[in-house]
Amino acid sequence: MPTEIDKIKRIVSLRVWLAKVGDQSIKLASVAGGLSYLLRDTWQIMTSTRLRWPATLEQMYKIGVMSLPLVFLTSLFTGIVLALQSAYQLRLFAAEQFTSDLISLSMTRELGPVLTAMVVAGRVGASIAAELGTMKVTEQIDALTALAANPIRYLVVPRFVAAVLMLFVLTIYADCIGMLGGYMIAVFKLGISSPQYIKRSFDVLLIKDVMSGLIKGFFFGGIISLVGCYFGFNAEGGAEGVGRATTMAVVTALVLIIFSDALFTAVFYFI
Amino acid sequence: MIQIKGLHKWFRNHHVLQGVDLEIKEGETLVIIGRSGCGKSVLLKHIIGLLIPDEGKVFIEGVDLFSVSPDELDRFRLKLGVLFQGAALFDSLTVKGNVGFSLYEHAKLPEPAVAAKVKEKLALVGLSNIETLMPSELSGGMKKRVGLARAICNDPKIILYDEPTTGLDPINADAINELILAMQKKLKVTSIVVTHDMTSAYKVGNRIAMLYNGSIIGIGTPDEIKQTAHPIIRQFVTGSAVGPITAAAQEYTA
Repeated sequence: MPTEIDKIKRIVSLRVWLAKVGDQSIKLASVAGGLSYLLRDTWQIMTSTRLRWPATLEQMYKIGVMSLPLVFLTSLFTGIVLALQSAYQLRLFAAEQFTSDLISLSMTRELGPVLTAMVVAGRVGASIAAELGTMKVTEQIDALTALAANPIRYLVVPRFVAAVLMLFVLTIYADCIGMLGGYMIAVFKLGISSPQYIKRSFDVLLIKDVMSGLIKGFFFGGIISLVGCYFGFNAEGGAEGVGRATTMAVVTALVLIIFSDALFTAVFYFI
Repeated sequence: MIQIKGLHKWFRNHHVLQGVDLEIKEGETLVIIGRSGCGKSVLLKHIIGLLIPDEGKVFIEGVDLFSVSPDELDRFRLKLGVLFQGAALFDSLTVKGNVGFSLYEHAKLPEPAVAAKVKEKLALVGLSNIETLMPSELSGGMKKRVGLARAICNDPKIILYDEPTTGLDPINADAINELILAMQKKLKVTSIVVTHDMTSAYKVGNRIAMLYNGSIIGIGTPDEIKQTAHPIIRQFVTGSAVGPITAAAQEYTA
């Protein structure tokens, strides 16, 4: 028989649990709201003022060009692994020549954009959040506002434009390198002829397949830059706060990338 | 010149400003003193329009800062120069980029004109030939001077100083005090200095106001503040560990 005290304890623990759920829900809603406002303000400023090209080009270099080695390695090995794993199964049906079809479709539709976005979220999203977070806690963002320079125009818009354009380009690059990885295994290990592999790889691709991956890339670029900027702008309390902002930026970007990828894939499946 | 009326600000459950009323006359230097964390910097951020009050108004030259459009607010900001606590120099820009920031951004002056103006402002704060250095290559005192040069680069009518002498050795601190006095004399600007350094407050202030528990509890000339009978102000300016401020804090924590 539970005593009165046990009953009270259970009610109190339920209340504590409910309070935690409520607290987390409010935090989640405030992040969602904050990101939406940031997107709105960024879009408004981007469409109404002149773009700061030198800063945008600098960010394009940092986000795009400097991510090339990482994207190269990730895509190449993904292509290699994909070829080996699919050949392992296709061999059972004597259908190894379909390896090329499988690789080009899965790289362009899914793995190219998603893997690229994930490695860029880790590298660039973290660096944006850390840089802007440090600027926030050292009052540099306040100083920008005090000097009548809008921090969104000055800091967010160049990163947003650069990330969106560069993720598009990096996705094309990742698709090609992934297919190259598959080519290496198919031609040198599985004995598929080089012209046959190349022909099949491109024959199977429809404009729709390539475009669906590239559209994802566009959106993932927007997510990575906005999430990084949002958590950087909201960093508080010195080095620890900057560290927390960086972690939150990467985790949130990764979750949003996976979530929106599922959403996009479902939409593209039906159209 | 600047009027602050009934300013209230809450941060979650913390009522930081509890009805601040203050008037700063043209050409004077008003020093706001108070304990660390009492809301001095928060008050300063309202004057720049960086924070929006929950209640109350800030008037600059008779215009309510929080009723104007963002563009107009930016025009007001160009009349203000701010020296931040840690100087807040932009890490990614050189000294020249920092000092000439608003000239590049707003005045769109040609490069030689910017260079000449940056040189002139740096000379005014006692620095030369450091235009190409990055902020990370400067000492604490130099950073504050560069921060001040940046604040005055736009020839502002009002300069706001947030703890200008904090973190500096006594000699550097006095050099900054001298600079504040020099700005007052040479540029005839209106200044607000937020500090808890009484040596600095007595030296640079025409009037001193004390912020305590979110409101202004006393205001007067440096001599009046020195001789005040108000127990809280007296404890603060004498720097005594025993008195009503610490007694209230102990009662609160007990």
